[in-house]
Amino acid sequence: MTTIAPSQPARTALDLAPHPTLRDTVDQTLAMAWRAVKKMQRNFEQMFDVTIQPLLFTAMFAYIFGGAVAGDVDSYLPVIIPGLIGQTILTACVATGVQLREDMDKGVFDRFKSLPIARIAPLAGPALADMLRYFIATVLTFGVGIAMGYRPDALGLVAAIVLAVFAGWSIAWIFTWFGTVGRSAQGVQGISLMVMFPLTFLSNAFVPTDTMPTWLRTFADINPVSHVISAIRDLATDGQVTTDVAWAVLGCAAVVAIFLPLSVRSYSRKM
Amino acid sequence: MTTTPETDLAVAAAGLVKTFGAQRAVATVDLEVRRGEVFGVLGPNGAGKTTMLKMLATLLPIDGGEASIFGVDVRRQPHMVRQLVGVTGQYASVDENLTGRENLWLFGRLLGLSSSRASATAGELLERFGLSDAADKRISAFSGGMRRRLDLAASLISRPPLIFLDEPTTGLDPRTRGQMWDTIRDLVRDGSTVLLTTQYLDEADQLADRVAVIDRGRKVAEGTPDELKTSVGSSTLQLRMSQPVDTEHAAVVVRRVLSEEPVLTPEAGGLNVALVDANHAAEVLIALRQSGLSIASATVQKPTLDEVFMAITGHGAEDESTDLTLEVPA
Repeated sequence: MTTIAPSQPARTALDLAPHPTLRDTVDQTLAMAWRAVKKMQRNFEQMFDVTIQPLLFTAMFAYIFGGAVAGDVDSYLPVIIPGLIGQTILTACVATGVQLREDMDKGVFDRFKSLPIARIAPLAGPALADMLRYFIATVLTFGVGIAMGYRPDALGLVAAIVLAVFAGWSIAWIFTWFGTVGRSAQGVQGISLMVMFPLTFLSNAFVPTDTMPTWLRTFADINPVSHVISAIRDLATDGQVTTDVAWAVLGCAAVVAIFLPLSVRSYSRKM
Repeated sequence: MTTTPETDLAVAAAGLVKTFGAQRAVATVDLEVRRGEVFGVLGPNGAGKTTMLKMLATLLPIDGGEASIFGVDVRRQPHMVRQLVGVTGQYASVDENLTGRENLWLFGRLLGLSSSRASATAGELLERFGLSDAADKRISAFSGGMRRRLDLAASLISRPPLIFLDEPTTGLDPRTRGQMWDTIRDLVRDGSTVLLTTQYLDEADQLADRVAVIDRGRKVAEGTPDELKTSVGSSTLQLRMSQPVDTEHAAVVVRRVLSEEPVLTPEAGGLNVALVDANHAAEVLIALRQSGLSIASATVQKPTLDEVFMAITGHGAEDESTDLTLEVPA
């Protein structure tokens, strides 16, 4: 396809790239991640959900429900710590979507859209940087658990942290999509919480699913969040790689495969 | 995609349409901007100027019509168009969380510069735009004028051949506005093509080689600023008679002196008349004095956008009425 007459001066000539290359996309995503990290450093109150909340919730949930659910706090810890990691990461994922929406309303996003950059970069950059948030939340929750007497398998613990951060990154694409579709940050928050609560509570996060009515148990058992939590339990508590780990990874991959393209498409359309 | 004469045009748009719900924000606008010129799009708030610019900059989908930038189709090749255009928005499109230097570095990286090249470019641009002292302050500490300058600097990182300036001086104080004008003139001297929107006739007059007047999503006139002003006179004489009953008599005197039809204003005893030369006001005043007509006040003003609209479209910039599409002789 000839796009420009041969008489054109060099600066507007044929060396225009029709699409960003993969290399460009990676560089641009890293630059956007850098921006997101700077933003985190300078708005530290946005980190409360992955710092103060895990500290507070872990102690609270363990002492309040421990006796009732598992007889005593010590035997509840192996159940509740992975459960709380699941819950905290989901909360952090909601913030990913809401903050993206807020960000997109700012003038600087007009510039991002007007630049010749890959459309995925403004979404993938913050998603990458938010892995730091999931990491902090996971490590803090495990830390509080260990301080309270939880004794995980050392190698399994590392694997569990990696899995938790990967799960956070994957599930965040659901909320990133909400962020690109929603009209306002409040709207995105509303929808996200409506999705987050069932995903969290209709799972095996806080109680064993066999105490639930059958219909509820069916949902809780297929809920990908349940698989992620089970996988974290198997890895951290028992140091074992079980089928739940495979299901968790597969489930996360499926979420990304669906919601990443949806997000990019809806972001590009919004222009 | 065509390769023919259009490639001499920086912007070629035909029948551009944008619809928001039932409202047509841009209704079949044709626009041609030549390489190397400053083209002004003049119109009141809500006329569709920004919407039009956003469509050309790939920020809004085009609902109807065709547009190309240096011959590259905007709809089919948005990524290529983005490499040709630098956009400076109405509200500074810079990141509040970052410093001036960090902003420019980030945009440089996004545009494919190496980290050190991006730093060097950021430094040069900050220097050139007089922002070196504030370079490491966060944008939230920047004044309105500084933000606009930084925003413009950000649009120049990749040295795009075409620059869109959306109301570059709206909301700036007169001194800062003057500085911004100088900056824009420098850009043009460097050979950039500029498409700017403005609500101010004098801004279009100061900067633009050619102007299109936009009203309610339509182009109602196009020409050089001089042609535009000739249609309204270079200034307006506003008179108010001490005795409203004298108004008719005064109108006769004015008509005799200037061979120009005065417009009676709604307030009692008021009349306005266009002046080709502001100095002719003196002759009118002398003639009124000689006729024994007493004035309460007299002012000579440059024509406002409203008067341009009145002259071109027959209605004011704000009022609601018909769709007139008169062309100013070009």
